Parts: sequence; structure tokens; C-alpha cells
Amino acid sequence: MSRLTPVQPADAIVAERLVKRFGALTAVDGISFMVRTGSTTGLLGGNGAGKTTTLSMLLGIVLPSSGSVHILGTDMVKRRYDVLQRMNFSSPYVDLPRRLSVAENLTVYGWLYGVSDLKRRIRLLAEDLQLTAFLDRPTGDLSAGQRTRVALAKALLNDPDVLLLDEPTASLDPDTADWVRGYIETFRDRVNATILIASHNMAEVERLCDEVLMLRDGRIVDRGAPQELIGRYGRRTLEEVFLDVARNRRVAVQAAGS
Amino acid sequence: MHGRDLFSFRRVGAFLLRHLYVLKRSWPRLLELAYWPFVQMILWGFITTFLVQNSNWVAQASGVLISAVLLWDVLFRANLGVSVTFLEEMWARNLGQLFVSPLRAYELVAALWLMSCIRTVISVLPAAFLAVPLFGVSVFALGPVLAALFANLLLFGCSVGLAIAALVLRFGLGAESLAWVAVFALAPLSGVYYPVSVLPDWLMPIALALPSVHVFEGMRAVLFENAQRWDLAGLAFALNLVYGLASTLFFLRMVRVARMRGLLLQQGE
Repeated sequence: MSRLTPVQPADAIVAERLVKRFGALTAVDGISFMVRTGSTTGLLGGNGAGKTTTLSMLLGIVLPSSGSVHILGTDMVKRRYDVLQRMNFSSPYVDLPRRLSVAENLTVYGWLYGVSDLKRRIRLLAEDLQLTAFLDRPTGDLSAGQRTRVALAKALLNDPDVLLLDEPTASLDPDTADWVRGYIETFRDRVNATILIASHNMAEVERLCDEVLMLRDGRIVDRGAPQELIGRYGRRTLEEVFLDVARNRRVAVQAAGS
Repeated sequence: MHGRDLFSFRRVGAFLLRHLYVLKRSWPRLLELAYWPFVQMILWGFITTFLVQNSNWVAQASGVLISAVLLWDVLFRANLGVSVTFLEEMWARNLGQLFVSPLRAYELVAALWLMSCIRTVISVLPAAFLAVPLFGVSVFALGPVLAALFANLLLFGCSVGLAIAALVLRFGLGAESLAWVAVFALAPLSGVYYPVSVLPDWLMPIALALPSVHVFEGMRAVLFENAQRWDLAGLAFALNLVYGLASTLFFLRMVRVARMRGLLLQQGE
């Protein structure tokens, strides 16, 4: 991958007053946030909170009803092709072609992202993500956990400056999930990548994220560093904070504390 | 940066590579591509053998029916080449991955058209060659105008296929059957097996607006009059430019609608 002194603004991701309506449903309701370059931010929220819609707007495959998104200083509504090569993503909502082997899939996406020295890059990623033994097997023949690692390999092919991950350790056993989290940390530190993770796994968010955005009904209802949130809510874990937010108990907690 | 390229052959090549890998891995798919054109050719070969002895019109140009069926298959396969290649992305739930990659929507259109050309050649060429020893009919005897007729049908089939792909993108896989049936609505108007003059007057303007009509008239001109009608090929090409542009704009519009409605991550079985 050619990395030609990329522009790295202080905030790699800037979303301003972002709204997405699908007919009468408001999926995302005027959220604004910034993600510092080189940091990892978690999007937390229950089902239907607006996490995937937010990620989709950041990627430019869903157009906002109003508001703006800038990634690496580029307007994602008007000029997303200027920056897509420096981004990547992984999500359980999309697949890689199952009939293609792992190596074929990575080759195709390597071409799409213009990865240089592709064979070497695939070999190294396969070694890192323990996929070497599966490179020639059809992707559809792999276990869910193995496919998740292949999807992660695809997401890291171009050494993205901005990486968006939707449930990155879904379907993985605890040991493998822990290993993948470690790998994501290593990758972030090596590339100084900016990562946004949508996840239901609180331990994952607590470990990986510098900041957490708590979403409910399409709005950011709270934000802060994981430990800061835990302290603010008077809880022991982020999971307990999540339940407070999901069940709209913030007011009660504050009232009890005041 | 390559991502800022307005058009990248590498990205188009990546899409082609993805589908060539699928063909390479599956000989039944390759066989299936060539199967129907071959069966059609056999069927119409025997019908021709019968009609040559019982119809003056067919007897004047014994290759007219087999040539027509082979050329119609070019149109049909080109349509399928675009629409099924696109459907495969939806079946594989790969559309979201493609649309967040640097592949531009119009590069996807170019790649779909190129893939359709490859699939059509694989489909039709074996039947065209086998018609020579089996029935003594060579579509290649149409002469140099054959290349223009072939290209026109390829272009028109791709336009139809792209419009169908756009509808499937907008309305989901519930509309996928259009890929197989929609093009048949063009057959009666295209004068595949009969001169377009048999159509009623009120249908003529619609028929003449189709590139396929001029292609099949051009084919009959060669077979019955031994005339290379380049004017008809040119007219068909002009119409194809209009249909190609219209279908591309329609597809790009549907991509935008899909982005507005959040359809790109949801598509799949």
C-alpha cells in the first residue's frame, strides 16, 4: 500500500448535527461527535439505537437527511471517493463471496484498494490472523469465527487510516476474541489508525476504547472515557452503565446521587 | 492516490477477477452458460430441416432461423450477463463491501458490461460453431456485418440488463425474476423470426425504436438479398447509445436512491 504523506487532521472523524430519517422513523436524530486521530471510540447502544445507520453514514453508503460527515477532512457526501482508499470496514451485515477462496477474496479486495506488493501483504495478514492454513479454502466453508477473521483481514488489507468495525468479535470464542482485540490494538498503534467500533460487548469497548458514545433512540445520551462513565454512574462495569442508559435510568441515578 | 482516479481499470479488473474466479472454480456454471444456446440451436436446427422442405420463405435462406436464434441468444445472454452478475453480488451479500470500497458506481457499470461480454461469448460461441457441422449453417457466413450486428445486440442486452439490475437494487430480490423474463417482452417487437413489416401499424414506431429490430432486419438482408446493410447496423448503434446512456443514468440514480433509503447494507437473501 502506498502511503503518500496522508493528511492527518487532528480529528479524523467529524460528524455534525447528523440526522437520518427513513419515512416516519428517525434512526439518527441530530448527533454530533469528533474522533481524534489515532484514538479508538466506541458506539454503544441497544438494538435500533442507530449504531449501524451512523456507521453507514460515515462510510457514505447511507446519505444523511441533514448534517455533515467529514472523514480525514473530506466531505463524505460530496467527495467520499477521495478518501475511501484510506478507510475500511468490517460488519456482520455484509459477507465476502463464499465461493471464492480466502486468498481470492483478499486478492480481489487488494486490487480494489490498490494494495501494493499484494501477495506479501496477504501472506503477512494470513500469518498474523492465523489464516494461512485456510487461504485456499472457499470462504463459505469456514466456521463463523474463521470468516470473522477473514473479514478483519480484508478490513486491514490497505492499512486504513480510519477503520470502522461493526461487532468485530461477533461469533468468536472468548479466547479468539481476546486475541483479535489485541491484534486491533497492535494495528492501531502501528498505523496510528483511528478506529470507531460499534459493539454490544462491554468488555471489548472497555479494553479498546478511549471514548464511548452512548446512543439511545438515535441520540447521543452520554459520552466519555469508559472509566469516567463508570465513575459518573456509580457503577462497577460499563455493562451496568449500558443497562442504565438503555433503560433510561440516568435520571434516577443522578437523582439518587444528588 | 488511486482513490482519486476518475476511472481505474485496476478496480474494474478487480471486479472482473472476482467473477472469473467464480467461473474458474465451477465447470457446471460454464456448462450451464453454453447449455441453453446449444439446446436452442439443436431445436431450431431440426425445425429448419423440416421447414426447408415445406416453406418457400425458409427455403430461400435456410440459415435464417438458426441465425436468428443464435443472435437472439446474444441479446438474451448479454442481458443475463449484466443482471445475473449483479444479482450474484446481492446473493453473496457482497454489495455493501463493494460500495464502501473505492470502486465507483460507473466503474461497476463498466465492469458489469465487460463481464457480460465474456459470459455472452462463452454462451453463444460453442453453439455457433457446432451449428456448422450439425446443420450446415454458419452464422459467420453473414460476413463482416456480423460483428456489427453482434456488438449491437450485446450493447442492447447490456442496457436491458443494467435497467433490471437497477430495479432489483431499488426493489430488492423480489424483482429478480425480471432478469429472466423481462427481455422476452422485446422478442415479438424485435422481428427475430419474421420481418418487422408483419407488425400492425400502431406497433411499428415502438418496434423501430428498438436496436434489435434493425439488427434482425440486417441479418435477413444478408441472408435473403446478400446485402451488407451497414446503415441498419449504424442506426442500431445510434439507438444503442441512447439506451446505454439512459440505462447507465437510471442505474446511477437507483444507487443514489439506495443510499438515501439505506438499502445497500440490507441486500441479500
